[in-house]
Amino acid sequence: MSTHSESHGLTSKLTLTIWAWLLILTGVEVFLAYIQFSVMVMLVLLMGLSLVKAAMIMAYFMHLRFEKRTLVLTLIPALVVVASTLVVFFPDSVRLLHMKPW
Amino acid sequence: MANVRAEELRMTEWDGGVLPYSVGHKKLGMWLFIVSDALTFSALLIGYSYLRVSTPNWPTPFHLWPSIAFSSLMTFCLLSSSLTMVLGVNAAQRQDRAGTVKWILATIAGGVAFMVLHLMEWNSLFHEGVTLVSNPWNVPQFGATFFGITGLHMFHVFTGVLYLAGMAVGVSRGKYGEEHVEVCGLYWHFVDLVWMFVFPLVYLLSVKMH
Repeated sequence: MSTHSESHGLTSKLTLTIWAWLLILTGVEVFLAYIQFSVMVMLVLLMGLSLVKAAMIMAYFMHLRFEKRTLVLTLIPALVVVASTLVVFFPDSVRLLHMKPW
Repeated sequence: MANVRAEELRMTEWDGGVLPYSVGHKKLGMWLFIVSDALTFSALLIGYSYLRVSTPNWPTPFHLWPSIAFSSLMTFCLLSSSLTMVLGVNAAQRQDRAGTVKWILATIAGGVAFMVLHLMEWNSLFHEGVTLVSNPWNVPQFGATFFGITGLHMFHVFTGVLYLAGMAVGVSRGKYGEEHVEVCGLYWHFVDLVWMFVFPLVYLLSVKMH
């Protein structure tokens, strides 16, 4: 725990580092958009990077890393499980693609 | 003192009492709202991705200039406004009222810049003939998902700016303390977080190569 002026162990230097990393990862995403990959590969790469960015925002900007573990264990697994149930249908999109007449 | 209360909350261990997570009810309430709202956006974005993958002739109308340049700049605005929000929360914890208001106003500026750029971007799409139900490429799902998702996100940015403005007034009058500012910050960071998914899915998967 650092001084009281800093937010729960989140120093100004760490905040700036996280901000810089978020910008760098955004730059990587824009760069990837201009390389010709298939839509599925792009989707996996971009979502992978976005999940890393989201984790950084939640952990540091939203202080979750400095909260009590019980709060994290209550919020995050519930979110992941319910979001995963939405993804269950996703393979159907590829099947549909091959079934279309064009 | 709000400061003492926040310190107590962090130190409290749950032994069957009323603070199982060592956070105040405002903060817990905001987190629960954020989880539910995250699921709303998850449903929209996963639904959009499903349509994107299963539609081979999906339009790719976004040129580097202005669309990708504008949306990248919008990402920069939101990320930077998250940074100023963190600095605002830090100032509130130092009981620096003037500093808190200053950083909240900087955050509002980031949010307003985002909205202005986004409206300009929307306007250029309107001129290309893209609406909620039709577009020149005959893939009506494109406009519906694009305006549906970015519209809902923009509504969140708009309400976030109103929330921040109310917070700035409340802090300057001494009505709101550090916990209020922190909870408001959670909402603002969430709006930023959602854009981290909207930007690559909606814009970067539809760039015009040539």
